[in-house]
Amino acid sequence: MKWHVLRPLWLAIGLVVVILIARQFMVPEDFGVHGDSFTYNFYRLSNVQEWKDFPVKHQGRESCVECHEENVTTLNASPHAPIECENCHGPSVGHPDDVELLPIERAREHCLRCHASLDYPNHARSELPNVRDRTHKRRRECVTCHYPHDPREKPE
Amino acid sequence: MSCSRRDFLKQACGGTLASVLPVSAFTFLSPEEARAAVENANVRWAFLVDTRKCVGCGLCVKACKNENEIPYDAPVTRTWVERYVITNDGQAHIDSPMGGRDGFIDNVINGEEIDPDNIAKAFFVPKLCNQCDNPPCVQVCPVGATYQTDDGVVLVDRDWCIGCGYCIMACPYGVRFFHPVHKVADKCNFCYHRITKGMNPACVESCAFDARRIANLRDPDDPVTKIITTERVAVLKDEYGTKPHVFYIGLDENVR
Repeated sequence: MKWHVLRPLWLAIGLVVVILIARQFMVPEDFGVHGDSFTYNFYRLSNVQEWKDFPVKHQGRESCVECHEENVTTLNASPHAPIECENCHGPSVGHPDDVELLPIERAREHCLRCHASLDYPNHARSELPNVRDRTHKRRRECVTCHYPHDPREKPE
Repeated sequence: MSCSRRDFLKQACGGTLASVLPVSAFTFLSPEEARAAVENANVRWAFLVDTRKCVGCGLCVKACKNENEIPYDAPVTRTWVERYVITNDGQAHIDSPMGGRDGFIDNVINGEEIDPDNIAKAFFVPKLCNQCDNPPCVQVCPVGATYQTDDGVVLVDRDWCIGCGYCIMACPYGVRFFHPVHKVADKCNFCYHRITKGMNPACVESCAFDARRIANLRDPDDPVTKIITTERVAVLKDEYGTKPHVFYIGLDENVR
Protein backbone atom coordinates (compact mmCIF):
# COMPACT_ATOMS: atom_id res chain seq x y z
CA MET A 1 0.00 0.00 0.00
CA LYS A 2 1.08 3.56 -0.59
CA TRP A 3 2.33 5.73 2.26
CA HIS A 4 -0.55 8.23 2.02
CA VAL A 5 -3.02 5.38 2.64
CA LEU A 6 -1.04 3.87 5.52
CA ARG A 7 -0.63 7.15 7.42
CA PRO A 8 -4.31 7.63 8.40
CA LEU A 9 -4.58 3.88 8.99
CA TRP A 10 -1.81 4.00 11.62
CA LEU A 11 -3.52 7.03 13.14
CA ALA A 12 -6.80 5.12 13.42
CA ILE A 13 -5.09 2.08 14.92
CA GLY A 14 -3.25 4.34 17.37
CA LEU A 15 -6.51 5.95 18.41
CA VAL A 16 -8.08 2.56 19.09
CA VAL A 17 -5.06 1.53 21.19
CA VAL A 18 -5.21 4.78 23.19
CA ILE A 19 -8.94 4.26 23.84
CA LEU A 20 -8.35 0.65 24.92
CA ILE A 21 -5.58 1.71 27.32
CA ALA A 22 -7.71 4.57 28.73
CA ARG A 23 -10.57 2.11 29.19
CA GLN A 24 -8.35 -0.11 31.33
CA PHE A 25 -7.88 2.76 33.78
CA MET A 26 -11.34 4.35 33.65
CA VAL A 27 -13.65 1.32 33.94
CA PRO A 28 -13.83 0.13 37.56
CA GLU A 29 -12.57 -3.38 38.29
CA ASP A 30 -15.93 -4.59 39.57
CA PHE A 31 -17.75 -3.55 36.39
CA GLY A 32 -18.97 -6.56 34.48
CA VAL A 33 -21.59 -9.29 34.29
CA HIS A 34 -22.67 -10.28 37.83
CA GLY A 35 -25.38 -12.86 37.30
CA ASP A 36 -26.66 -15.03 34.48
CA SER A 37 -27.59 -12.37 31.93
CA PHE A 38 -25.47 -9.89 30.03
CA THR A 39 -28.66 -7.92 29.26
CA TYR A 40 -29.81 -7.44 32.85
CA ASN A 41 -26.76 -8.02 35.06
CA PHE A 42 -24.04 -5.89 33.41
CA TYR A 43 -23.14 -3.33 36.07
CA ARG A 44 -20.76 -1.96 38.71
CA LEU A 45 -21.04 -4.37 41.64
CA SER A 46 -20.16 -1.88 44.40
CA ASN A 47 -23.22 0.20 43.50
CA VAL A 48 -25.44 -2.39 45.22
CA GLN A 49 -23.68 -1.66 48.52
CA GLU A 50 -23.94 2.08 47.87
CA TRP A 51 -27.73 1.77 47.68
CA LYS A 52 -27.80 -0.40 50.81
CA ASP A 53 -25.92 2.38 52.62
CA PHE A 54 -28.49 5.03 51.65
CA PRO A 55 -29.57 6.69 54.93
CA VAL A 56 -32.82 5.54 56.55
CA LYS A 57 -35.11 8.48 57.47
CA HIS A 58 -38.28 6.88 58.87
CA GLN A 59 -37.30 4.82 61.90
CA GLY A 60 -40.71 3.56 63.01
CA ARG A 61 -42.49 3.70 66.34
CA GLU A 62 -40.04 1.22 67.88
CA SER A 63 -37.58 4.11 68.08
CA CYS A 64 -40.25 6.59 69.27
CA VAL A 65 -41.33 4.39 72.18
CA GLU A 66 -37.90 4.62 73.79
CA CYS A 67 -38.64 8.17 75.00
CA HIS A 68 -42.35 8.75 74.26
CA GLU A 69 -43.77 5.60 75.81
CA GLU A 70 -46.88 7.36 77.18
CA ASN A 71 -47.93 8.73 73.79
CA VAL A 72 -47.23 5.43 71.99
CA THR A 73 -49.26 3.48 74.58
CA THR A 74 -52.20 5.87 74.16
CA LEU A 75 -51.94 5.63 70.38
CA ASN A 76 -51.70 1.84 70.35
CA ALA A 77 -54.95 1.57 72.33
CA SER A 78 -56.84 3.98 70.06
CA PRO A 79 -58.54 3.63 66.66
CA HIS A 80 -55.54 5.55 65.27
CA ALA A 81 -53.16 2.70 66.19
CA PRO A 82 -52.35 1.73 62.55
CA ILE A 83 -51.08 5.26 61.82
CA GLU A 84 -47.31 5.63 62.12
CA CYS A 85 -46.00 8.42 64.39
CA GLU A 86 -43.91 9.73 61.50
CA ASN A 87 -46.98 10.22 59.30
CA CYS A 88 -47.81 13.32 61.35
CA HIS A 89 -44.44 14.17 62.91
CA GLY A 90 -42.20 13.71 59.88
CA PRO A 91 -39.17 11.44 59.54
CA SER A 92 -37.34 11.11 62.86
CA VAL A 93 -33.79 10.81 61.50
CA GLY A 94 -31.37 12.85 63.61
CA HIS A 95 -33.92 13.33 66.41
CA PRO A 96 -33.25 14.25 69.20
CA ASP A 97 -29.50 14.81 68.70
CA ASP A 98 -29.38 17.01 65.61
CA VAL A 99 -33.07 17.88 65.26
CA GLU A 100 -34.31 18.83 68.72
CA LEU A 101 -38.00 19.15 67.87
CA LEU A 102 -39.90 17.34 65.15
CA PRO A 103 -42.67 19.26 63.37
CA ILE A 104 -46.27 18.48 64.28
CA GLU A 105 -48.73 18.38 61.38
CA ARG A 106 -51.80 20.20 62.71
CA ALA A 107 -53.34 21.27 59.39
CA ARG A 108 -56.99 20.51 58.75
CA GLU A 109 -55.99 19.21 55.28
CA HIS A 110 -53.84 16.53 56.94
CA CYS A 111 -56.84 15.00 58.75
CA LEU A 112 -59.01 15.38 55.65
CA ARG A 113 -56.68 13.03 53.76
CA CYS A 114 -58.64 10.18 55.35
CA HIS A 115 -61.68 11.86 56.90
CA ALA A 116 -63.03 13.99 54.05
CA SER A 117 -66.28 12.50 52.80
CA LEU A 118 -66.08 11.74 49.07
CA ASP A 119 -69.42 9.85 48.85
CA TYR A 120 -67.88 7.02 46.83
CA PRO A 121 -70.15 3.97 46.82
CA ASN A 122 -68.80 0.76 48.38
CA HIS A 123 -65.49 2.40 49.22
CA ALA A 124 -63.04 2.09 52.14
CA ARG A 125 -63.05 5.88 52.64
CA SER A 126 -66.81 5.88 53.22
CA GLU A 127 -66.39 3.36 56.05
CA LEU A 128 -64.14 5.71 58.06
CA PRO A 129 -65.65 8.40 60.29
CA ASN A 130 -65.90 11.27 57.84
CA VAL A 131 -67.01 14.88 57.60
CA ARG A 132 -68.03 17.25 54.83
CA ASP A 133 -65.26 19.80 54.56
CA ARG A 134 -67.67 22.56 53.48
CA THR A 135 -70.08 22.26 56.34
CA HIS A 136 -68.12 20.84 59.32
CA LYS A 137 -66.53 23.62 61.47
CA ARG A 138 -65.21 25.44 58.43
CA ARG A 139 -61.49 26.35 58.54
CA ARG A 140 -61.01 25.23 62.16
CA GLU A 141 -58.11 22.93 62.99
CA CYS A 142 -59.44 19.46 63.78
CA VAL A 143 -57.00 19.08 66.70
CA THR A 144 -58.71 21.86 68.67
CA CYS A 145 -61.62 19.48 69.34
CA HIS A 146 -60.18 16.00 68.58
CA TYR A 147 -57.11 14.51 70.29
CA PRO A 148 -55.16 12.83 67.44
CA HIS A 149 -53.42 10.21 69.64
CA ASP A 150 -56.88 8.99 70.66
CA PRO A 151 -59.66 10.54 68.56
CA ARG A 152 -62.28 9.36 71.06
CA GLU A 153 -60.89 11.86 73.58
CA LYS A 154 -60.95 15.65 73.64
CA PRO A 155 -57.59 17.46 73.87
CA GLU A 156 -56.57 18.62 77.34
CA MET B 1 -13.52 -39.79 -3.95
CA SER B 2 -13.79 -43.27 -2.48
CA CYS B 3 -15.70 -44.21 0.64
CA SER B 4 -15.77 -47.65 2.23
CA ARG B 5 -18.86 -48.91 4.01
CA ARG B 6 -16.96 -48.77 7.33
CA ASP B 7 -16.01 -45.11 6.80
CA PHE B 8 -19.52 -44.17 5.74
CA LEU B 9 -21.07 -45.70 8.88
CA LYS B 10 -18.40 -44.14 11.11
CA GLN B 11 -18.94 -40.68 9.71
CA ALA B 12 -22.73 -40.97 9.66
CA CYS B 13 -22.84 -42.03 13.31
CA GLY B 14 -20.30 -39.40 14.35
CA GLY B 15 -22.12 -36.65 12.50
CA THR B 16 -25.48 -37.60 13.98
CA LEU B 17 -24.02 -37.66 17.50
CA ALA B 18 -22.27 -34.31 17.01
CA SER B 19 -25.47 -32.65 15.79
CA VAL B 20 -27.64 -34.13 18.55
CA LEU B 21 -25.34 -33.61 21.55
CA PRO B 22 -25.33 -29.78 21.83
CA VAL B 23 -29.15 -29.63 21.52
CA SER B 24 -29.65 -32.25 24.22
CA ALA B 25 -27.12 -30.47 26.45
CA PHE B 26 -29.38 -27.40 26.41
CA THR B 27 -32.67 -29.22 26.87
CA PHE B 28 -31.53 -31.12 29.97
CA LEU B 29 -31.60 -27.87 32.01
CA SER B 30 -34.75 -25.77 32.06
CA PRO B 31 -34.30 -21.98 32.35
CA GLU B 32 -35.58 -22.07 35.94
CA GLU B 33 -33.08 -24.75 36.91
CA ALA B 34 -30.25 -22.84 35.26
CA ARG B 35 -31.25 -19.66 37.06
CA ALA B 36 -31.52 -21.41 40.41
CA ALA B 37 -28.01 -22.75 39.94
CA VAL B 38 -26.37 -19.34 39.53
CA GLU B 39 -28.68 -16.96 41.38
CA ASN B 40 -29.00 -16.09 45.02
CA ALA B 41 -32.13 -18.18 45.42
CA ASN B 42 -33.13 -16.96 48.88
CA VAL B 43 -34.78 -13.64 48.05
CA ARG B 44 -37.01 -12.35 45.24
CA TRP B 45 -38.78 -9.14 46.26
CA ALA B 46 -42.36 -8.54 45.14
CA PHE B 47 -45.13 -6.15 46.13
CA LEU B 48 -48.83 -6.52 46.81
CA VAL B 49 -51.29 -3.63 46.42
CA ASP B 50 -54.85 -4.06 47.64
CA THR B 51 -56.77 -1.33 45.81
CA ARG B 52 -59.92 -2.12 47.80
CA LYS B 53 -58.22 -0.96 51.00
CA CYS B 54 -56.68 2.26 49.66
CA VAL B 55 -58.52 5.40 50.81
CA GLY B 56 -56.32 7.81 48.85
CA CYS B 57 -54.67 9.58 51.80
CA GLY B 58 -51.41 9.98 49.86
CA LEU B 59 -49.24 9.49 52.96
CA CYS B 60 -47.26 6.81 51.09
CA VAL B 61 -46.24 9.36 48.46
CA LYS B 62 -45.26 11.87 51.13
CA ALA B 63 -43.23 9.28 53.06
CA CYS B 64 -41.51 8.07 49.87
CA LYS B 65 -40.47 11.57 48.87
CA ASN B 66 -39.02 12.28 52.33
CA GLU B 67 -37.33 8.90 52.65
CA ASN B 68 -35.71 8.89 49.23
CA GLU B 69 -34.76 12.57 49.03
CA ILE B 70 -36.96 13.37 46.04
CA PRO B 71 -37.48 17.18 45.88
CA TYR B 72 -40.84 17.66 47.60
CA ASP B 73 -42.37 20.26 45.30
CA ALA B 74 -40.91 19.01 42.01
CA PRO B 75 -43.49 17.25 39.79
CA VAL B 76 -41.65 13.92 39.99
CA THR B 77 -42.19 11.01 42.35
CA ARG B 78 -41.15 7.38 42.72
CA THR B 79 -44.65 6.26 43.69
CA TRP B 80 -48.02 7.86 43.13
CA VAL B 81 -51.73 7.27 43.69
CA GLU B 82 -54.23 7.51 40.84
CA ARG B 83 -57.92 8.22 41.37
CA TYR B 84 -60.49 6.63 39.05
CA VAL B 85 -64.06 7.87 39.19
CA ILE B 86 -66.45 6.15 36.77
CA THR B 87 -69.65 8.11 36.27
CA ASN B 88 -73.02 6.59 35.39
CA ASP B 89 -72.50 7.36 31.68
CA GLY B 90 -69.46 5.03 31.71
CA GLN B 91 -66.91 7.82 31.44
CA ALA B 92 -63.70 7.46 33.48
CA HIS B 93 -62.40 10.53 35.27
CA ILE B 94 -58.76 10.01 36.24
CA ASP B 95 -56.43 12.30 38.16
CA SER B 96 -53.33 12.25 40.32
CA PRO B 97 -52.48 15.84 41.32
CA MET B 98 -48.79 15.98 42.42
CA GLY B 99 -48.90 12.18 42.39
CA GLY B 100 -51.52 12.25 45.14
CA ARG B 101 -48.93 13.64 47.57
CA ASP B 102 -51.52 15.79 49.40
CA GLY B 103 -54.28 13.20 49.31
CA PHE B 104 -57.69 13.52 47.70
CA ILE B 105 -59.91 15.73 49.85
CA ASP B 106 -62.61 16.90 47.41
CA ASN B 107 -64.65 15.71 44.45
CA VAL B 108 -63.00 18.01 41.89
CA ILE B 109 -61.20 16.10 39.12
CA ASN B 110 -59.21 18.10 36.55
CA GLY B 111 -61.15 21.23 37.47
CA GLU B 112 -64.52 19.52 37.10
CA GLU B 113 -66.78 18.95 40.11
CA ILE B 114 -68.22 15.43 40.00
CA ASP B 115 -71.75 15.09 41.37
CA PRO B 116 -71.66 12.26 43.98
CA ASP B 117 -75.09 11.02 42.83
CA ASN B 118 -73.65 10.48 39.34
CA ILE B 119 -70.77 8.23 40.47
CA ALA B 120 -71.08 4.53 39.57
CA LYS B 121 -67.80 3.48 41.16
CA ALA B 122 -64.61 5.05 42.39
CA PHE B 123 -61.29 3.72 43.60
CA PHE B 124 -57.63 4.57 44.11
CA VAL B 125 -54.71 2.74 42.51
CA PRO B 126 -51.24 3.18 44.04
CA LYS B 127 -48.45 2.71 41.52
CA LEU B 128 -44.73 2.13 41.83
CA CYS B 129 -41.91 0.35 40.01
CA ASN B 130 -42.88 -3.20 39.04
CA GLN B 131 -39.30 -4.55 39.38
CA CYS B 132 -39.92 -6.59 36.22
CA ASP B 133 -38.25 -9.91 35.53
CA ASN B 134 -37.66 -8.68 31.96
CA PRO B 135 -37.09 -4.98 32.59
CA PRO B 136 -37.19 -3.06 29.26
CA CYS B 137 -35.54 -0.08 30.97
CA VAL B 138 -32.42 -2.18 31.63
CA GLN B 139 -32.29 -3.56 28.09
CA VAL B 140 -32.02 -0.09 26.56
CA CYS B 141 -29.35 1.36 28.87
CA PRO B 142 -26.32 2.02 26.64
CA VAL B 143 -23.77 2.24 29.47
CA GLY B 144 -24.78 -0.46 32.00
CA ALA B 145 -25.91 2.09 34.57
CA THR B 146 -29.14 0.30 35.42
CA TYR B 147 -29.37 -3.36 36.28
CA GLN B 148 -31.22 -6.10 38.09
CA THR B 149 -29.81 -7.30 41.41
CA ASP B 150 -29.87 -10.98 42.34
CA ASP B 151 -32.94 -10.34 44.53
CA GLY B 152 -34.92 -8.96 41.62
CA VAL B 153 -34.77 -5.21 42.30
CA VAL B 154 -33.80 -2.90 39.43
CA LEU B 155 -31.34 -0.22 40.56
CA VAL B 156 -29.78 2.85 38.93
CA ASP B 157 -26.05 3.54 39.34
CA ARG B 158 -26.01 7.30 39.87
CA ASP B 159 -22.24 7.52 39.25
CA TRP B 160 -22.51 5.67 35.95
CA CYS B 161 -25.77 7.08 34.47
CA ILE B 162 -25.22 9.62 31.70
CA GLY B 163 -28.82 10.89 31.83
CA CYS B 164 -29.69 10.01 28.22
CA GLY B 165 -33.28 9.19 29.17
CA TYR B 166 -33.67 6.02 27.07
CA CYS B 167 -34.88 4.07 30.11
CA ILE B 168 -37.46 6.76 30.93
CA MET B 169 -38.92 6.30 27.44
CA ALA B 170 -38.66 2.48 27.56
CA CYS B 171 -40.62 1.87 30.77
CA PRO B 172 -44.21 0.99 29.80
CA TYR B 173 -45.40 1.93 33.28
CA GLY B 174 -43.90 5.43 33.30
CA VAL B 175 -42.25 4.94 36.69
CA ARG B 176 -38.88 6.42 35.72
CA PHE B 177 -38.10 10.13 35.77
CA PHE B 178 -35.16 12.48 35.56
CA HIS B 179 -33.91 13.40 39.04
CA PRO B 180 -33.76 17.21 39.12
CA VAL B 181 -30.85 17.33 41.60
CA HIS B 182 -28.62 14.41 40.66
CA LYS B 183 -29.35 14.82 36.92
CA VAL B 184 -29.71 11.07 36.41
CA ALA B 185 -32.58 8.65 35.85
CA ASP B 186 -34.39 7.75 39.07
CA LYS B 187 -36.98 5.17 40.05
CA CYS B 188 -38.56 3.28 42.92
CA ASN B 189 -36.31 0.52 44.27
CA PHE B 190 -38.68 -0.84 46.96
CA CYS B 191 -36.56 1.26 49.41
CA TYR B 192 -33.60 -1.08 48.84
CA HIS B 193 -31.74 0.44 51.82
CA ARG B 194 -34.65 -0.52 54.09
CA ILE B 195 -35.68 -3.97 52.81
CA THR B 196 -32.07 -5.21 52.93
CA LYS B 197 -32.03 -4.25 56.65
CA GLY B 198 -35.25 -6.13 57.36
CA MET B 199 -37.41 -2.99 57.44
CA ASN B 200 -40.50 -2.26 55.35
CA PRO B 201 -40.35 0.24 52.48
CA ALA B 202 -41.36 3.76 53.57
CA CYS B 203 -44.69 3.58 51.68
CA VAL B 204 -45.58 0.25 53.30
CA GLU B 205 -44.63 1.59 56.74
CA SER B 206 -46.76 4.71 56.32
CA CYS B 207 -49.86 2.92 54.99
CA ALA B 208 -52.38 2.68 57.82
CA PHE B 209 -54.70 0.40 55.87
CA ASP B 210 -52.37 -2.43 54.76
CA ALA B 211 -53.08 -1.50 51.15
CA ARG B 212 -49.36 -1.80 50.32
CA ARG B 213 -47.27 -4.81 51.37
CA ILE B 214 -43.86 -6.23 50.48
CA ALA B 215 -43.18 -9.92 49.93
CA ASN B 216 -40.28 -12.30 49.45
CA LEU B 217 -41.50 -14.74 46.81
CA ARG B 218 -38.78 -17.30 47.68
CA ASP B 219 -40.04 -17.58 51.26
CA PRO B 220 -43.05 -19.92 51.23
CA ASP B 221 -43.94 -18.93 54.81
CA ASP B 222 -44.20 -15.23 53.99
CA PRO B 223 -47.89 -14.31 54.57
CA VAL B 224 -47.91 -11.87 51.63
CA THR B 225 -46.32 -14.49 49.35
CA LYS B 226 -49.14 -16.83 50.33
CA ILE B 227 -51.69 -14.23 49.23
CA ILE B 228 -49.89 -13.69 45.90
CA THR B 229 -49.60 -17.41 45.18
CA THR B 230 -53.03 -18.54 46.37
CA GLU B 231 -55.41 -15.62 45.81
CA ARG B 232 -56.63 -13.90 42.64
CA VAL B 233 -54.11 -11.20 41.81
CA ALA B 234 -53.40 -9.29 38.61
CA VAL B 235 -50.50 -7.30 37.18
CA LEU B 236 -50.41 -4.18 35.04
CA LYS B 237 -49.84 -4.49 31.27
CA ASP B 238 -49.23 -8.23 31.35
CA GLU B 239 -49.33 -8.27 27.53
CA TYR B 240 -45.95 -6.48 27.36
CA GLY B 241 -44.20 -9.60 28.63
CA THR B 242 -42.18 -7.66 31.21
CA LYS B 243 -43.21 -10.05 34.03
CA PRO B 244 -44.00 -7.30 36.56
CA HIS B 245 -43.68 -8.14 40.25
CA VAL B 246 -46.18 -5.68 41.72
CA PHE B 247 -49.38 -7.63 42.17
CA TYR B 248 -52.80 -6.02 42.51
CA ILE B 249 -56.00 -7.11 44.23
CA GLY B 250 -59.16 -5.50 42.84
CA LEU B 251 -57.91 -4.13 39.53
CA ASP B 252 -60.54 -2.66 37.20
CA GLU B 253 -60.67 -2.70 33.39
CA ASN B 254 -60.34 1.09 33.44
CA VAL B 255 -56.90 0.92 35.07
CA ARG B 256 -54.11 1.30 32.54
